[in-house]
Amino acid sequence: MTTTETPGADLPLQQLERVVIRFAGDSGDGMQITGNQFTQTSALFGNDLATLPDFPAEIRAPAGTRPGVSGFQLQFSSKDIHTPGDAPDVLVAMNPAALAVNLGALRAGGTLVVNTGAFKANDLKKAKLDSNPLEDGTLDGYRVIPVDINARVLDALVDSTLSTKDKSRCKNFYTLGLMYWLYSRPLEPTINWLKGKFKSRPELIEANELALRAGFNAGDIHELFQGQYEVPKTEELPAGTYRNMMGNDAIAMGLVAGAQLAGLQPVLGSYPITPASTILESLASYKHHGVVTMQMEDEIAAICSAIGASFSGSLGITTTSGPGMALKTEAMGLAISTELPLVVVNIQRAGPSTGMPTKVEQSDLLQAIFGRNGDAPVPVISCSRPSDAFELTIDAVRIAVQYMTPVVLLSDNFIANGAEPWRLPDLNDIKPFPVQFAEDPENHQTFARDEKGSRAWAKPGTPGMEFRIGGLEKDIDGNVSYDPENHQAMTDQRHNKIAAIAQTIPTPVLDGPDSGDLLVLGWGSTVGILTQAVETVRENGSSVSRLHLTHIWPLPNGLEKIFSNFKAILVPEMNMGQLTRVLRGEMPHHNFIPHNKVTGQPFLTTEVVAKIENILKG
Amino acid sequence: MSETATTKLTRKDFVSDQEVRWCPGCGDYAILASMQKYMADSGADPAKTVFVSGIGCSSRFPYYMNTFGFHTIHGRAPAIATGVKVANPELSVWMVTGDGDALSIGGNHLAHILRRNVDVNILLFNNEIYGLTKGQYSPTSPVGTVRKSTPMGSVDRPFNPISFALGCNATFVARSIDTDAKHLTKVFAAADAHRGTSFIEILQNCVIFNKDFYSKVVDRSVRADMTVDLNPGEKIIYGAEEDKGMRFCANGLEKCSAADADLWDPASATESQAYAISQLDQDPDTPKPIGIFRSVEAQVYEQQVHQQVEAAVTDKGPGKFEDLVYAGDRWTID
Repeated sequence: MTTTETPGADLPLQQLERVVIRFAGDSGDGMQITGNQFTQTSALFGNDLATLPDFPAEIRAPAGTRPGVSGFQLQFSSKDIHTPGDAPDVLVAMNPAALAVNLGALRAGGTLVVNTGAFKANDLKKAKLDSNPLEDGTLDGYRVIPVDINARVLDALVDSTLSTKDKSRCKNFYTLGLMYWLYSRPLEPTINWLKGKFKSRPELIEANELALRAGFNAGDIHELFQGQYEVPKTEELPAGTYRNMMGNDAIAMGLVAGAQLAGLQPVLGSYPITPASTILESLASYKHHGVVTMQMEDEIAAICSAIGASFSGSLGITTTSGPGMALKTEAMGLAISTELPLVVVNIQRAGPSTGMPTKVEQSDLLQAIFGRNGDAPVPVISCSRPSDAFELTIDAVRIAVQYMTPVVLLSDNFIANGAEPWRLPDLNDIKPFPVQFAEDPENHQTFARDEKGSRAWAKPGTPGMEFRIGGLEKDIDGNVSYDPENHQAMTDQRHNKIAAIAQTIPTPVLDGPDSGDLLVLGWGSTVGILTQAVETVRENGSSVSRLHLTHIWPLPNGLEKIFSNFKAILVPEMNMGQLTRVLRGEMPHHNFIPHNKVTGQPFLTTEVVAKIENILKG
Repeated sequence: MSETATTKLTRKDFVSDQEVRWCPGCGDYAILASMQKYMADSGADPAKTVFVSGIGCSSRFPYYMNTFGFHTIHGRAPAIATGVKVANPELSVWMVTGDGDALSIGGNHLAHILRRNVDVNILLFNNEIYGLTKGQYSPTSPVGTVRKSTPMGSVDRPFNPISFALGCNATFVARSIDTDAKHLTKVFAAADAHRGTSFIEILQNCVIFNKDFYSKVVDRSVRADMTVDLNPGEKIIYGAEEDKGMRFCANGLEKCSAADADLWDPASATESQAYAISQLDQDPDTPKPIGIFRSVEAQVYEQQVHQQVEAAVTDKGPGKFEDLVYAGDRWTID
């Protein structure tokens, strides 16, 4: 992009490799939209990027208070990056509460864009500030750019017919325009988005576009900044077609794809819960793909309706988060016992109990693997990032129908709402796995098994196949059996069936040398941070390897061999050591070192680097 | 049509090969026999029939029907039956439950299947006691029921299942008696013909833990005087001589002579009339109503669900996941 055609072009244009911005404001200020727009524009511009939305569970906590602060951090780069960045280079603070909550994260000497229009005495009081940080020296050491955004946006919209309140609500687009100028971003993607979003309200399109342009123009007219920056498009990403993707959207698409590849109608039973609800909402908009969605009366009814659908020969799906998982456990046992396919998606959030619904944690792993009565094994898969969620969701569907089992697909808040460029898969590489229903009653037995250990799937409506199944222990014909030997045999068969899935899971690929002092082993959304941390340690001159698990139960084959070549295995997790426990149980002869964090925030790269270097030092 | 349905089936064709394991004398046997016979007589196709149940004595029912069957978990049969029916609306779906399964642990789901009007026929075996857990009081047991878990008598007021269903806006509500095969069959047929959720409470004898709890109503010696059968299009009359009747009044219903009795039409009756009738047995001297309390037409859940899918396909064309993936703003790196 060139800046010579814009006014104020005499200001210097400086190239940067990467920038971390955090937008912070009131939850009613539209910070998530602002962040997502910057993300989308940067993606289309060709940067690599990673995002970290961080918002309160309350929809509108009292305005101006610290609990009501909503933030959105993104890193965009001309290089291949893996994390949303530890410390922002730029903090945009729309009010005193946002400043107070986020200032500590801003890097030393970082740029602070402050909406001075929101720093009146009452605003300070709501943020529980005794003095004005703009005046009391709090901001010494930062490059402060004061802008009265409240006033500027009203000036820009002086001719608009909107109410003053509605005009004020455009201030996030003014702010976005300002940031677009600073980082030389094009306005068109956002203007196009506005046109789609407010199709039926042209006055809102006009006002927001005006605010956006006013912010953009203010950048150079008012010479707020000492110059403009440019983060060139990345040349490091592999060739292909990309789009910006969020985790929950990728899972919704993966469920549609998986069902189509299996030749089944997807039937979702769900109950709204943060942060999983958007999967239900997305799937409800995919009806033309044959998707049936049922918003049920509770979490239990949600999974039960999905199990009923699988009984009838559809692909039953249920989506939830931790507390909902807890409610679904008995029904999961029924699907395990009757050996019906089912996909159970858990977008993890901080627990226990209601916990912190909008904050990230990986603490449902043991619940997913073991959290049911009886010996009730299920396969557990975890997404690592928005860009692998699509393919892993398809794999969850594949395993469910090929092994006649519920599959738990884990994700978390960071993946669900985070965004990154997704290199679209080559559609020729995605192979269908059509389900063959059992239709010949001759010699058919309900729980007879194939070479994989899976039973055949017969469905109601097939003449001559009338069967009865249920949660009581059954014999090979599905009839109730309390025979001791039969219960042992059926338990063994269910166990062996799940264990055999390991044969269809690829051994994860090592990043780094295949032997050494330390292997860093992760799962889930820590992948970016661990990748970055390992790269940093290597740049600092040490050797360290990294492995990431997507299929966690059963564990993939080949781990034992990999592990045996390392003196120690560091397992960083956003829980109190759940994968470590699993690994110690399965492979007790290795030296697993847990590294745990449960603040509701992702690891910082620096934290993991320090831990690794500490261990390497001995 | 399947081959089996083209030849006339008999009751035996609906009897599964499983040994029935209810207590000798249990009312469930009579209901099972009536259902198996009704299935044969009505020309039901076993391949297209599914019995779904929860947990409890009654919920063993599907194992004994030679149709498809799903014995599920406690209280959740309504949600599972909803999924079964939505996934394949061609199936004839019957749900068997008890007073504990449907009105204690599963009260929530029962309310919601009735509200949604999924085309499922629900049989609630009401014996006013927990049988499978050995005799604790249930949500339909009268106040003061003395059992091991309530040695000084239960203190909570019971549900009236019919009033419950009417309160949930159920579109078909009926009551029958386990041993009255003729009446049961009549109600099964009406429920089967109804599009939407059909709710049938069946008074059912638990010979072990609540033997003959309903004898004041159903004993042959008193039944004619202590039950009043609600027959669509007929007068509300009862009594061995068919000389007694009921008519609506400002306070609900009152007794009258057969000649003065009101006509009963469950399709046009107001909800308050049906509710008033459902409350009649609060008075031990008035007969307990059986038969059809309510039968009205309403939108059927699974039909609307599929209509929306079909409308979306018509509107946007059948979707392929490939189009979902290759959508939105994209860019290319060479």
